[in-house]
Amino acid sequence: MENIVQNIQGVPLNHYIIFCSIIFAIGVIGVLIRRNVIIIMMSIELMLNAVNLLLAAFSAYRGDASGQVFVFFVMALAAAEVAVGLAIIIMVYRNTKSVDIETLSKLRW
Amino acid sequence: MTELLWLIPLIPFLGFVLNGLGRNLFPKAIYGIIGTGAVFIAFILSAFLFQEIWSLQKAGQSAAITQHLFDWFSVGNFKVSLSFLVDPLSAAMLLIITGIGFLIHLYSYSYMHEDKGLGKFFAYLNLFVFFMLLLVMGSNYLVMFIGWEGVGLCSYLLIGFWFTNSSYASAAKKAFVMNRIGDLGFLIAMFFILEHFGTLEYSAVFSQAASLSIGDSTIVIITLLLFVAATGKSAQIPLFTWLPDAMAGPTPVSALIHAATMVTAGIYMVVRSNVLFMLSPLTMEIMAIIGLATALIAAFIALTQNDIKKVLAYSTVSQLGYMFLALGVGAFTGAFFHVLTHAFFKALLFLGAGSVIHAMGNEQDMRKMGGLRKALPITFFTMCLGTIAISGIPPFAGFFSKDEILAHAFQHNVVLWGVGLLTAICTAFYMFRLLFMTFFGSFRGTADQKAHLHESPWQMTFPLIILAFLSVVGGWINLPEAVGGSHALANFLAPIYKGSRLADFDLALSHQTEYLLMGVSAIVAIVMAIVAYTMYGKMDGKPMTEKNEGFLYRLSYNKLYVDELYDAIIVRPLQSLSTFLHTYVEKLGIDGFVNGIASFFVGSGKGIRQLQSGYVGFYILMMVFGVIAILIYGMVRI
Amino acid sequence: MDNLFILLFVPLVSALILFFIQDNKTAKGAALVLSLIQLGLTIPFLMSFNAAGGMQFEQSFSWISALGINFHLGLDGISLPMVMLTNGLIPLIILSTFDKQFRGNFYGLVSFMQTGLLLVFLALDAFTFYVGWEVALIPIYFICALWGEGDRIRVNLKFFIYTFFGSLLMLVAIIYLYNQVPTKNFEWASFVALDLSESTQRWIFWAFFIAFAIKIPIFPFHTWQPDTYTNAPTAGTMLLAGIMLKMGVYGIIRWLLPVVPFAVLSYSNVVMILCVIGVVYASIIAFKQNDAKRLIAYSSIAHVGLITAGVISWEADGLQGAIIQMVNHGFSVVALFFIVDMIEKRAGTRKLNELGGLASEMPQLATFFLIIVMGAIGLPLTNGFIGEFLLLKGVYGFGVWYAAIAGLTLIFGAVYMLRLYQKTMLGPLSDRFQQVWGLENHELIVLVAVVTVTLFLGVIPNAILDLSEASVVSLLNQIKF
Repeated sequence: MENIVQNIQGVPLNHYIIFCSIIFAIGVIGVLIRRNVIIIMMSIELMLNAVNLLLAAFSAYRGDASGQVFVFFVMALAAAEVAVGLAIIIMVYRNTKSVDIETLSKLRW
Repeated sequence: MTELLWLIPLIPFLGFVLNGLGRNLFPKAIYGIIGTGAVFIAFILSAFLFQEIWSLQKAGQSAAITQHLFDWFSVGNFKVSLSFLVDPLSAAMLLIITGIGFLIHLYSYSYMHEDKGLGKFFAYLNLFVFFMLLLVMGSNYLVMFIGWEGVGLCSYLLIGFWFTNSSYASAAKKAFVMNRIGDLGFLIAMFFILEHFGTLEYSAVFSQAASLSIGDSTIVIITLLLFVAATGKSAQIPLFTWLPDAMAGPTPVSALIHAATMVTAGIYMVVRSNVLFMLSPLTMEIMAIIGLATALIAAFIALTQNDIKKVLAYSTVSQLGYMFLALGVGAFTGAFFHVLTHAFFKALLFLGAGSVIHAMGNEQDMRKMGGLRKALPITFFTMCLGTIAISGIPPFAGFFSKDEILAHAFQHNVVLWGVGLLTAICTAFYMFRLLFMTFFGSFRGTADQKAHLHESPWQMTFPLIILAFLSVVGGWINLPEAVGGSHALANFLAPIYKGSRLADFDLALSHQTEYLLMGVSAIVAIVMAIVAYTMYGKMDGKPMTEKNEGFLYRLSYNKLYVDELYDAIIVRPLQSLSTFLHTYVEKLGIDGFVNGIASFFVGSGKGIRQLQSGYVGFYILMMVFGVIAILIYGMVRI
Repeated sequence: MDNLFILLFVPLVSALILFFIQDNKTAKGAALVLSLIQLGLTIPFLMSFNAAGGMQFEQSFSWISALGINFHLGLDGISLPMVMLTNGLIPLIILSTFDKQFRGNFYGLVSFMQTGLLLVFLALDAFTFYVGWEVALIPIYFICALWGEGDRIRVNLKFFIYTFFGSLLMLVAIIYLYNQVPTKNFEWASFVALDLSESTQRWIFWAFFIAFAIKIPIFPFHTWQPDTYTNAPTAGTMLLAGIMLKMGVYGIIRWLLPVVPFAVLSYSNVVMILCVIGVVYASIIAFKQNDAKRLIAYSSIAHVGLITAGVISWEADGLQGAIIQMVNHGFSVVALFFIVDMIEKRAGTRKLNELGGLASEMPQLATFFLIIVMGAIGLPLTNGFIGEFLLLKGVYGFGVWYAAIAGLTLIFGAVYMLRLYQKTMLGPLSDRFQQVWGLENHELIVLVAVVTVTLFLGVIPNAILDLSEASVVSLLNQIKF
């Protein structure tokens, strides 16, 4: 355990922050520019995982376990979200024969 | 007797209730008996009362009987009681109302016999008598106002008696509305009186007013407002046009309401308030001028009218104008004297006209009459007497009353006298024209009508005879000193002028001047009778052709276009205003503003909801922008 | 039996019972009986009422004690005529619907509304007052929106939002006043006792006044009224015009005059001008209306304008006149709308230009109608005269010209009311009246009742004036500086 912490602390914190930001940005851009619902879902996962990584890193640097606890919560949440999300996507696909998010614009005005 | 004062108005009221509730139940004769009987009982009671007042006054006592019935309403210190006052003035009015009322009720029974609304008719007539009695018997202005408005209601009901005719119904409405204009004046006058005297009781108001100075501005306002009320009720300029239209009612109604009693309420009110009016020379002057103008204009219009009732209606307006002239020059007794004599001869003339109309099968156009004197001897004879009386030929009733007015006018201002004489000339002409067109020459109606001609039954001729008798001798109750009389009426009425500032009503003219004035007016009347005879006395049986004789004739024939004028300057602008207010101010303006507020929110909602495009990508983009904005805000703030 | 709660309890229970009756016949019978019971229960209060005794029969219990809210009721000479009006008119209104096919839910709403109205008239606690104010609004919204005609949903939405907007302004003012009270309560007496600064009084005045002005309605807040009256079912119109608008006038007398007297005094000119404009404006618009209901709606604006002018004139005459005229107007307007409804039922239309001549077929109706019209235009010996006389006298005390202009209602009222009468009753018989039938029993009862009130109060107006005299005087004394 000590080993892991030391390994983590072996990389400077700034690197974690920059890396996570890049992954998060990739996720955001993916959500914004892609139209395939599944890709969007994956991008969202990317964003979540970026945050998870950051939480884990901060947790290790500060020696506070609660950050890692949050990570578990987020992972559980993400799993649930994916389950529901994929179900919705499947239903949408069955109805519209498409996973293009642009076709889902009925909920307006 | 005096304790039973309240019975006098109550009995006609009971007659109204009985006839009104039983209007479909009783046989026809019952309505007549109830209606006529009620007024007859009231007449008997009034006669006793009059006798009482008379003897009281002879004995030199105060001849005013008051009776308090109950408190009508009270707010704080302001209390109005329903109470009666009978003094010489109201006692005399009571006799006129119930006496002539009785004769006209009797007449109506026969005149209206064929009408299926007989019960209703008598109910309305009795209600009218009730309100009229309240009007003259009230001991304060508010009780007078009850009667004042009440007679207006009855007038409305009776003018529109044959309501299935739209124009009759409109005439009724017109009468009511024009009366209401005057009533507003009365109401505001009462507020002024209340504010300055704190009461509406005659005795208290007049005793307080006695100490005011002449020309007091409040009194001027009060009297002007009261005069406005009088112009409405008594058909003076500018509110006179309802009276000719009121002839839509049955003829007995015209005789009772629109000639003998209701229309003289204005004169009664002014005479009653003589103490106030005497304090306001301005009002008196206006009153004289308006009265004279009305008299002249109405007489001018009457010259060319062909409808027998219209002639009499304008004649009534004209005579009422005379009365206001008398009031304006301070001849209160003269005005009241003329009310009295006018009631006799005008009721007679209307009833006579009714008899003619009855005989002619509801024909009112004099151009289709002629030569009726043989078929209707009694009607002819009595109407002849009435015509002489109204034209002012001695020694008939109208002569003395008119002469008294003219003499006072002469004393006041010669111009007033001159115009008054001109009016008298017109009066004599149109009345004899009416007489000759109707009764002389040859018959111009249809053969059918000719076969139907008949003298009326006794219920109709009896009142004519009585009234004709009164028209002859009625003037003798107030003979001037110049012809050996003693001004009996003036002496009788003297107590009501107590406290009036210019107590000296007597003529200051020499007897020679008086003789001269009398002579002039008598001679012109006779001359005009002869002129009328030459023009209309010997017309043949050919239908009269419409003459179009120049500007003045058309002006007179078309009633000076007053109705058209009112229509153009009041009725139509108000209607346009109504439409304008409704479509523009109401719908577009106010409601537009209210709806505008609603539309603003609806509109903004419509605009802003466009952002809700349904594209998830757009929502997220917005979210990202939002997050970035918050981050930047956070950084900047730190 | 002299517990005021019973007056609120009975209509509330009636409403609950009536909601569950499906059958029309049972429902209207039950509604009538229950409303008559309620009317009967009012009589003990009238009998044991002591005109000089100020606030009486007071009942108070702590409702939401944490906020100092009391359920406080009381009856004085100003509220008693209103309570009598409410309880007297509701049976007539119910009776007037006897030829309609309403079920229990309709009558339930009427009874529920009665509860709200009585709460307004009896409340001595601002919170209770506000609750009553809104409780009365909800049932009338449903009555008008469910059983109305024409564009009823839109019109009633406007009515509801408009009046609700006013209520919210009032609520703000009430909460503000509540915070000013040292002991933090909503009592009427505490509000009256407050010593508010001039500027505070000014905005509180407007907050209250706009709420009341919309309800009454006073020009220029009136535009919801003609549409609502016209599209509502006749019974709904009667409730609105007969009773509900009196809530506004009553509110001015009870809450506006004593709480913010200074502001009332300083704005009385403005209000008076609005009222007088309203009188003339509405009368002129009424001239040319072709829809009989709309004509009466405008005439009602003119009448209540005069009533409010009398209240704001700050004179005993004006206030007394307002109280008696509210009662008069309630009865006469109910009868007028009822007569229009009867005509519409027989002719299938209420367009004046298609009607006429009914007097020859229905002389009884013509007589009743005439008496009611005469009452509405204030002929002496009918109740309307006393009201108009006292109101105009009050306005005269405020200013002569106001009285002269407001007095035009005497003339204009005659013009449009007689036009209404002439166009329906007089003239040749309209084709629309080919098959008319005489008065039905329930129609006869309602008309006789109204005519009796009209003539009774016309001859013996002191019956009401004496009740309210002492309360009005003490109110005026209370707010004199």
